[in-house]
Amino acid sequence: MTDNQIILELKQITQAYGSQLVVKDLSLTLTQGEIGCLLGASGCGKTTVLRTIAGFEPLLDGEIILNGERVSRNGYQLPPAKRQIGMVFQDYALFPHLSTFDNVAFGLKGMDKATLIRRVNEVLELVGLYSEHARYPHEISGGQQQRVALARALAPKPQLLLMDEPFSNLDVTLRERLSMEVRDILKEYGTTALFVTHNQHEAFAVADRIGVMHNGEILQWDSAHNLYHQPASPQIANFVGEGALIKGVVRDKGKVETGLGLLDGIMTASTPDHTTVQLLVRPEDILHNDDSQVKAKVLRRNFRGANIMYTLLLENGDKVQALVPSHCDHQPGERIGIQPDVRHLVLFPIVLQKREITIRTA
Amino acid sequence: MLVTAEQTTTVHQSPAKSSEAPLRGFIHLKVRPSGWQWLTLVIALLVLVPLLVLALAWSEPAWDIWKHFRETLLNRLILNTLILVTGVSTGTLLLGITLAWLTGACNFPGRKIFSWTLLLPLAMPTYVLAFVFLGIFDYSGPVQTQLRGWFGRDAWIPDVRSAGGVILVMSLALYPYVYLLTRNAFRTQGKRALEAAQSLGCSPAGGFFRVVLPMARPWIAGGTTLVMMEALADFGAVSIFNFDTFTTAIYKAWFGFFSLPAAAQLSSLLVAMVFILVALEQRLRRRMRFAQSRITPQSERIQLAGARRWLATGYCLVVLGLAFLLPAAQLLAWSLEIFHEEFDSRYLGLFSHSLILGFLSAILIAMTALLLAYAGRRHQDRLTHGLIRTATLGYALPGTVLAVGIFIPLAWLDNHLISLSRTLFNVEINQLLQGTILIMITAYMIRFMAAGFKSIDSAMHRVTNNIDEASRLMGLRGIKLLYKVHLPMLRGGIFTALTLAFVDVMKEMPITLMTRPFGWDTLAVKIFELTSEGEWERAALPALTLLLSGLLPIVLLMRETDRD
Repeated sequence: MTDNQIILELKQITQAYGSQLVVKDLSLTLTQGEIGCLLGASGCGKTTVLRTIAGFEPLLDGEIILNGERVSRNGYQLPPAKRQIGMVFQDYALFPHLSTFDNVAFGLKGMDKATLIRRVNEVLELVGLYSEHARYPHEISGGQQQRVALARALAPKPQLLLMDEPFSNLDVTLRERLSMEVRDILKEYGTTALFVTHNQHEAFAVADRIGVMHNGEILQWDSAHNLYHQPASPQIANFVGEGALIKGVVRDKGKVETGLGLLDGIMTASTPDHTTVQLLVRPEDILHNDDSQVKAKVLRRNFRGANIMYTLLLENGDKVQALVPSHCDHQPGERIGIQPDVRHLVLFPIVLQKREITIRTA
Repeated sequence: MLVTAEQTTTVHQSPAKSSEAPLRGFIHLKVRPSGWQWLTLVIALLVLVPLLVLALAWSEPAWDIWKHFRETLLNRLILNTLILVTGVSTGTLLLGITLAWLTGACNFPGRKIFSWTLLLPLAMPTYVLAFVFLGIFDYSGPVQTQLRGWFGRDAWIPDVRSAGGVILVMSLALYPYVYLLTRNAFRTQGKRALEAAQSLGCSPAGGFFRVVLPMARPWIAGGTTLVMMEALADFGAVSIFNFDTFTTAIYKAWFGFFSLPAAAQLSSLLVAMVFILVALEQRLRRRMRFAQSRITPQSERIQLAGARRWLATGYCLVVLGLAFLLPAAQLLAWSLEIFHEEFDSRYLGLFSHSLILGFLSAILIAMTALLLAYAGRRHQDRLTHGLIRTATLGYALPGTVLAVGIFIPLAWLDNHLISLSRTLFNVEINQLLQGTILIMITAYMIRFMAAGFKSIDSAMHRVTNNIDEASRLMGLRGIKLLYKVHLPMLRGGIFTALTLAFVDVMKEMPITLMTRPFGWDTLAVKIFELTSEGEWERAALPALTLLLSGLLPIVLLMRETDRD
């Protein structure tokens, strides 16, 4: 297989429960070995997309092409069993009556016993559970169950691996560690995978490409870096990462006048002078500097250990967030000096009179 | 993040804790059992003494009667009992699993109504279903008369009074045990397990047999062992069908051959069979606890389409019709027919006996169960738990066996009391305890303790130690704590226990029949007498009364199970 071979292609798929559209005109492609992610709040339709790809849900419109074969369109569904798709369920859906070994061996067929044992042991070793092969699901920890589920889905060498909120049942520390482990395992196998999550840290840690979903649509399908630094819309800026949108006016070929002063930087999209815009300011764009001319009042202070997240009120009434090393300790009400360091000027022209959007702290 | 430090601390603590707890209980026992533990022991003895008495019955075997049994009956008894247990468990498995799958994991017209109405046969005692069936389908019944009218006198019609007939009737009456447990299993893991299997290359049918069914196995088997116990214990239905099993043989040995030792010896054989099942069931229960892995509490349903959906509806309707609707309608019709002749002071007398026995035993059972539950809360050691388990083991003992096992020691005690009073006070009495309802009530308590204990104990689990501590911080202690916090929290459980025990006692037949003092006939005894003479219509009024009272616990059960 060549590296750029397309494994999964969704062509404008549309889906409905009753009269309500849950997925609208959604398209994406994944090439061999790529890990994709659908990121969105619960109820945005991301799990439905996954279940449709797996063959559990019918398609209203559009088509799904898996490794060159059309597997779903309106009125036709290749049965899930024939798609060679592996799936890791949100609750793992391990078979409680089978041992770890038998769970992983479940999907393997058409091979002699020796090959089967070798194959299962190989996969178990990959996920680091070889020593637990005789144990039953209730005898192992949540993190181990998650890895058994992964091993079970990987064992038959699926063309595509789907994962539904794979880490949501784990506690925070384990989640972080496992998400990185899972990425390593998938990369080692060269498995093409698509997973859904509502947690952007997971998406960033695991995926090569991320689709931000809202109301059944993908707003932007891009790398983590681009989603964060070049969000396509205020909505995405709002959803991905922390920060604030402040008022500004474009002046003098690529500069923006804002409550932080006249800012200069790389403009992501060329915008004519005198346009009123919203400018995305990430917390790391604001540096703390007592000598700076620009002053702001501390509204809120959120101690995070290594640093402090301040919510600041600018003189023109805009709010920004600043991530400051925690030895610079200021209390709410104090006025501190700040220095903007905005390298990418992410601008969204204001079409109508819109209220400023303050971004929630994640 | 300090990942390594965290890992080392969590791993090492828990095993030390768990190995310490039973040890502490053990040492505690060696020093001195508390009042609670003594109390539990006394209640457990209520179960142990009859068992001991039955085992001791072999010290003087009644050889002459045994010889007669071996020549005439024994082989048939064993064969019949085996046929009955195998047949009924197969029947309930087929009905229970299919119905549970349809209402638990699928969707079809009428599913919501069927999912709870299919429990209604639980309200109908097996002996009631048995005689109504005979009334409808026997030679002189309306169905066969009609069939002969159509096909002539010599047409071959299967005999209802046969092994097949008994098995069919008992399967229809008992399938809810399998249905109820299995449905819960399917409801929580049905479709999701099937999807997981499909994503691993299984066809839907293959997934059902490879995953869904094996996953539900502990529940299915749990329900089936209960059914087998009921089948072994059944007295009423088999005697109506004249199908000799161990229970009817025990009755005959006592009241036909007047040999209590022979009855006791037969009982001990039956007990041995029952205890194999008990051991099986206890093991399964432990596995059921383990088998609950992280599976979503509810999964979506499989939508049946086309002809299949109506087939499903039709199937449920047929089962419900045969097991409940038709017999209930027939009972109602008969009752209306004979209401004028039968509804008199005699009937009211029987009814009040049933009521009094039911209430009295229910209250005793609830109180004893409450004590057991408190003992279990105070002492979480192995000894107390073992004693409690013994004290609630009576549900497994067939009524005929219990009647014998209780009667023998109490009669012995009675005789000694009588001779004691003769020597001490020179007073001549015929019987002390035997003339009272004490024997009956004791037997009821043993047999129905489990149902009462289970409902009170599950309520007790909600009264956590934190609740006690929170109340103490707010100044509630002692009686006040009991009255203001515990009782309100336990009220539901106590009420359920009372209802279950009351209805069970109302329906109970063999214990009442074998140990009632003179003049204490109940509705169930009346049904036995009337049906042994083939008077189906006259038995309908007491049967309908029992059916209506039997609906009470079904209502409770339905409130607890999800109706979705």
